[in-house]
Amino acid sequence: MKATICVTLKPDVLDPQGQAIQKACGTLGYGQVSQVRQGKFFEIDLDAPNPEAAKRLLGEIAEKLLSNRIIENYRILSIE
Amino acid sequence: MIAVIQFPGSNDDRDMLFAMKTILGAEASLIWHQETVLPAKTEIVLLPGGFSYGDYLRCGAMARFSPVMGAVQRFADAGGFVLGTCNGFQVLCESGLLPGILLRNRKLHFLCQNTAVRVERSDTIFTSRTKPGEVLWIPIKHGEGAYYADTKQMQRLEDNGQILLRYCDAEGSVTEDANPNGSLHNIAGIVNERGNVFGLMPHPEHAVEEGIGGTDGLKILGSLLDAALARRKA
Repeated sequence: MKATICVTLKPDVLDPQGQAIQKACGTLGYGQVSQVRQGKFFEIDLDAPNPEAAKRLLGEIAEKLLSNRIIENYRILSIE
Repeated sequence: MIAVIQFPGSNDDRDMLFAMKTILGAEASLIWHQETVLPAKTEIVLLPGGFSYGDYLRCGAMARFSPVMGAVQRFADAGGFVLGTCNGFQVLCESGLLPGILLRNRKLHFLCQNTAVRVERSDTIFTSRTKPGEVLWIPIKHGEGAYYADTKQMQRLEDNGQILLRYCDAEGSVTEDANPNGSLHNIAGIVNERGNVFGLMPHPEHAVEEGIGGTDGLKILGSLLDAALARRKA
């Protein structure tokens, strides 16, 4: 099975990288961009009997490893 | 006996060994991260600075899974003395031995500079050679040193007196201008509730000789050594 997961900073955590990217957008002439928040994106191949089992497994992995729950949220975007 | 843990990517391990062995005259050895047990006589575990596992995923996140970290966890749980500087602090946070996390510096710059930190408490095993309010000059060198924890956790750190070092100006005033990296409450170093695990971003092992940065680092490393010797005699 193939899955995708994204990890993003919680809204109240400062993201200086995102801010720098937002400023760079402005420098390029894209003044319309008012905010950028940077995150991480994972493509994962795994063995699981069905999507429900995969979801459970991926949730555990995201909790324990892919994200640090003090500052980050995660979302399983797709399982197929 | 002091165990200096060596992860792939550690780069202050030998400086730590030099400070402990050559300067302070203690018995110390490098312990490779693949070890699953610490030497039987281990009294102090030091987690050095560097870029363990290339800082993959998050700083300190992969080192947590090193075989040796299980032994370090058991050592800390049994009341053993553990000190982590810089990447070592990040590893302690990712391992759950200390609360919170170190985020990218507020202004994104990698900082490499001598820094003033104020001692908040001198009644701990890590600061017994200092006085409360004393200003220590110890270098920092990091890209991700902005301490962060949620509001509840920050309150707990303050209430329990777990903050041992704060960034300050030369006079010892804890101000926003004196905060180099955006750490909450100007935190430069915190101890766990039990008081046996200490993490700090400054590098005491880089301030151990007059003429190259001064000797303020020895006040911290020396305090820890005193505590280990006192425990040995007890």
